[in-house]
Amino acid sequence: MIGALARMPSTLRTFGGSQVSNLVGLLIVAGALALTLQHVLQHSASFFFQILIIGIADGTIYGLIALGYTMVYGIIELINFAHGDVFTLGGYFSLALFPIFGIAEGKAGFGYVIPLLVVAAITMLLCGVVNVAIERVAYRPLRHAPRLAPLITAIGMSSILEGAMYLWRGPNSLHYPDLLPLTRFNIGPVNIGVKDLIVITFALVLVVVFTLFINLSKLGKAMRATAQDRDAAQLMGIDINRTISATFFIGAALAGAGGITWGLYISSVDPFLGFITGLIAFTAAVFGGIGNIPGAALGGLLIGLIRAFSDSYFDSSWTEVLIFGILIATLVFRPTGLLGMRVPEK
Amino acid sequence: MSTDQKPILSLQGVIKRFGGLTAVDQVSFDVPKGEVFALIGPNGAGKTTLFNCITGMHVPTAGRVVFEGRDIAGTKPYRTAQLGIARTFQNIRLFEYMSALDNVKVGEHVRMKAKLWDAIFRTPFARREEREVSERAMEHLRFVGIERHADNYARNLAYGQQRRLEIARALATEPHLLLLDEPAAGFTPQEKVELMRLVDKIISRGITVFLIEHDMRVVMEVSQRIVVLDHGEKIAEGPPAEVRKDQRVIDAYLGKSA
Repeated sequence: MIGALARMPSTLRTFGGSQVSNLVGLLIVAGALALTLQHVLQHSASFFFQILIIGIADGTIYGLIALGYTMVYGIIELINFAHGDVFTLGGYFSLALFPIFGIAEGKAGFGYVIPLLVVAAITMLLCGVVNVAIERVAYRPLRHAPRLAPLITAIGMSSILEGAMYLWRGPNSLHYPDLLPLTRFNIGPVNIGVKDLIVITFALVLVVVFTLFINLSKLGKAMRATAQDRDAAQLMGIDINRTISATFFIGAALAGAGGITWGLYISSVDPFLGFITGLIAFTAAVFGGIGNIPGAALGGLLIGLIRAFSDSYFDSSWTEVLIFGILIATLVFRPTGLLGMRVPEK
Repeated sequence: MSTDQKPILSLQGVIKRFGGLTAVDQVSFDVPKGEVFALIGPNGAGKTTLFNCITGMHVPTAGRVVFEGRDIAGTKPYRTAQLGIARTFQNIRLFEYMSALDNVKVGEHVRMKAKLWDAIFRTPFARREEREVSERAMEHLRFVGIERHADNYARNLAYGQQRRLEIARALATEPHLLLLDEPAAGFTPQEKVELMRLVDKIISRGITVFLIEHDMRVVMEVSQRIVVLDHGEKIAEGPPAEVRKDQRVIDAYLGKSA
């Protein structure tokens, strides 16, 4: 698998699939939709909407993580396997910060809004610093090495982070305080929790702000220039080391925010959470088109929905098979993903 | 030297070795301000390596590269760009998946003042600067004559337009010294004439042009002074008419190709 991933960029350059593979893909998607529809009709409508909302909430979190994968890939063509663990680290850092800011379970209220946001900001900052440090020690010295080398140090960094969290808080999964209100309300047949809304809004706002930032800021332009031609970018006065560091920082800050959101939504974190969640988010990034920022958000959302529907309408033990099946199918039939590579044809 | 002005760029004993290979060997010369200066030599003579030593892509093994009175040998490329050195590449290197206008705007990047928060909150200052940057970028495109293609992706431009775009992008960094690496490569005679006209226009803006070129007619016509490199060593220097007659140059270079 690692070998296949190392070769991926060259696969990525072959645009689109043939007519046949498109047809096969369509047939598979149509079959899956028909099957899902059949199962959906067997259950109540309110159940469907509940699953839909869970899927969207999960999906936006996956999107947050997938953005970091896609950005880093977009700029230095590296799959940062440590990214999933930076996400977990977000959960761990925030857990450690809560007591400092006097946040504890059971007294949830509006008074917590400000401290919670402050904790989120500090966590994002810390995750960013960690990821920048990882890039500095593990990837930068290998920038001119064959592609496989930094990929392997990335896996190594992932193990180191998991080991560090293991040593810090032990192997068991930790309870993450329930800080969001548990109130639920009905709109027609749809039963929504306030928690769902907060999680979805928080993640969506971050995704939107971030996408705007990439499009509008000077740094965003520097990132796109660095991604397309590093030497030329340097000669245009762009400090590429700083630009790459900034990319790692922003990606990790989003992952850190994802870690907090995950904790608040699922109420538990464990040292190895980032391994599987990271892989799923990575699948989302590939599914949407690796290197493509809107693609990562869309891929995250779709993978979240697929996961939620598979978990509840089918057998949850098959969910991961399904998701990684999608990863393989995407790489085989449509290596550029749903929205294509980092740039559209014009 | 004819002018009593200080040279804009002065190379003093520059050496660049790659392992056992000496690509540039003890090269010294001065590039006078406001002129067209040319570097010629057979393939593999070390011309592009020398350009790379000037822009900071390579760190010279030894020697000084003095730009406007400051030794910049070993300075990072983004710093040399900020100091006022711009270049184009032998094999065109544009940001292919950006519009022509955006390519030029990246060049202006180096002179922009707006900070992150300005961009995020769309402060009046950032908006004004953004508008000015767009206008200036359009002017650069107009200057090289490809303003009609502002919204096309760089990769979709014709070859000659891409070369012009590269020059526009380099000009956008507001350089004092512009390095052109084989700007006429692959050009038709007509395009070469247009290029020479463009070089004249650049000079009249007060920018010093330092070019590597293979086409002897272009070099002889456009440049005031020529340095000839062979196997990494400087074998001749002077005005075109003199260099043309130099026996070593004829042996090394003109004798074979002309």
